[in-house]
Amino acid sequence: MIITEQKPMEEVQEMIAPYDKLFIVGCGTCSTSCQTGGEDEVKEMTEKLGDRVVGWAMVEDPCDLRLDRRDLKAYKEQIADSDAILVMACGAGVQTVGEYSKKIVLPALNTLFIGETERLGKFHDMCKACGDCILDETGGICPLTRCAKGLLNGPCGGQVKGKCEVGDYENECAWVQIYDRLKEQDRLDLFTVFRPPRDFSKKTLKMHHYF
Amino acid sequence: MVKMADKRPAYSQLVKDIRAGKFVLTGELEPEKVTCLEEILVSARAMKPYVVAANVTDNPLAYAYMNSLVPSWLVQKEVGLETVYQMTVRDRNRLALTSDILAASYLGIKNILAISGDHTVLGDNKGAVSVYDLDSAQFVYMLHKMIDEGVDVAGNEIHGNVDINVGIAANPNADPLMPEVLKVGRKTKIGADFIQTQTMFDIDKTKEFLKEAEKYKCPTLIGVFPLKSYGIADFFDRFIPGVSVPTELLTSMKKAKKEPDKEKRKQLYDEVNLEFFRPFIKEIHKTTSAAGIHVMAVMYERIFEPLLEAL
Ligand code: SF4
Ligand code: SF4
Repeated sequence: MIITEQKPMEEVQEMIAPYDKLFIVGCGTCSTSCQTGGEDEVKEMTEKLGDRVVGWAMVEDPCDLRLDRRDLKAYKEQIADSDAILVMACGAGVQTVGEYSKKIVLPALNTLFIGETERLGKFHDMCKACGDCILDETGGICPLTRCAKGLLNGPCGGQVKGKCEVGDYENECAWVQIYDRLKEQDRLDLFTVFRPPRDFSKKTLKMHHYF
Repeated sequence: MVKMADKRPAYSQLVKDIRAGKFVLTGELEPEKVTCLEEILVSARAMKPYVVAANVTDNPLAYAYMNSLVPSWLVQKEVGLETVYQMTVRDRNRLALTSDILAASYLGIKNILAISGDHTVLGDNKGAVSVYDLDSAQFVYMLHKMIDEGVDVAGNEIHGNVDINVGIAANPNADPLMPEVLKVGRKTKIGADFIQTQTMFDIDKTKEFLKEAEKYKCPTLIGVFPLKSYGIADFFDRFIPGVSVPTELLTSMKKAKKEPDKEKRKQLYDEVNLEFFRPFIKEIHKTTSAAGIHVMAVMYERIFEPLLEAL
C-alpha cells in the first residue's frame, strides 16, 4: 500500500490561503486504510475549513483516471466553481486529479512510501519501486529500501548488535536481517554473491508503461 | 559471472612491503574544514620515520572537509611519504569516482582505500543526499576494471594505466560478526590487495576476526587508535559507529584528565595509552597472522616512537 501522513494543519492553512473556494477529494483505497484521506478525514477537514469548502467527494482510487471520471462526474459544477482542489491522497492521486480536472491541485498529505501495514497506524517502508526486483536473492527483504545506504552488497561496518548506524541504532540492519533469513532458509550461498552496479538508466528512461 | 581480479602487481611500497613479509605500519592524516595544509605536512613529517604509508581520510563521519586527493598528493610530493587515498562512495556517483581515480593516477597515488563512508545523517550537513550510486564492493569492482582491464566500469577504454593497489575496510567489532566476514570475503574476491580494520581495543575480537577471515588470504592491518585526550576517547566511544572504548581505559583517561598541569597531563595520557596499546600491538605482532598495524594517531604523532619501540 502507499503510505501517507497528513500534513500539519498550519501547513495546509498556508497552502490554501490564496484560495477562497475549495473542493476536497478523498481516497477510498490506501488513504482510507491509512486513515489520512478516508471519508472520516475528509469530513473532518471540511468542518475545519468551514464555508470555504464548496463540496467534497470520495474517489475509489484517485490515482486512476477512469475512476476520477466516474466518481467526480456528479460534482462537475462544484469543481468548476472552486478555485482549487485539496486532494487527500498520495502524490499520484493528487496529480491524476489534476490531469482530470485541470484545476489547481493541493496535496493535503505527505506520501511516505510503499509499505507494509502491521496494524492501523503502524507502517513499515518496504519498497522503492526500483523497477528491477531482487527479493528472490535477498531472502524477501529489500536492501534498497530497508538498508539506509541502499547497499546491494552489505552490510556496511556500521551495524551494532544488528542495528543500523543510521537512526540511533533503533532500526534493524537490513543486511543482518537478510543474513539471518538466508541462514534460516539454508541459502547463505546467496549472501556471498556479488551484485554488480545497477543500471539506473532503465528506470529513468521508462516513465510510461504500456502493456 | 563477474571475472574476479587475479593477483595484481604491487604498485605501492605498502603492498610491496606486505608481500615481502614485513610487518607494516600505516598512519593516518585527517584534513579538516581548512584551506591550508601546513598542519597535515607537519604531522606527515612527524610520522614518516615510523610508517610506510599514511591514509588520508575522506570526509570522515560525513563531515564536509577538504577533499583528500590534494593532501594525498601533497604529502607524497613534499614529505616523500606514500599515501593511501581514502575514497568513500557516499559523496560521488560512478562518474565522479572515475574522474578522481584518473586524477589520482596522474598525481602518482599508489593506494586507494575503498569505503562506504558513514551516512550523511551522522555528519555536519545532515540534509545532504547520500549518493551510494555504487556500494563499496561495486567500487572495488570498478577499481578492478580500471586497474586490471584498462576500462571504466561501463567498459569504456581508458587511455593510460591506472597503477594502484586497492584496500578495503573491515569492522571486526561487528556483532554479529559473520555477515561482516562474508562481506569481506565477497570483496576480497573482486580485487582487494589489503584490508585495514576499524579501531580495535579487544584482542579476542581481533583474533576471532583474523581467524574467520584467514581463508580469504587478504593481508590485514589491524586498526589502533591511541587516545590523545579524554575528550577524544569519550567522543570516540559515543559517536563512532560500532566502536566502544573499554571502560578501564576510559576510566584511566578520565583520571589523567584531572591533572591540572598540562605537561604532566600529557605525560599521564601517554602512559595510559602505552600501557594499553603496547602489549596489544605486541600480541598482534607475535601471535596473529596480521600483516601490520594501522595507527590512527591523528595529531598525536609523538606517541609513535614509544608505542612502536616494542616491535
Ligand atoms: S528490490 Fe526492493 S525496491 Fe526494488 S522492487 Fe523489489 S522490493 Fe521494491
Ligand atoms: S548498518 Fe546495515 S542497514 Fe544500516 S546502512 Fe549499514 S548495512 Fe545498511
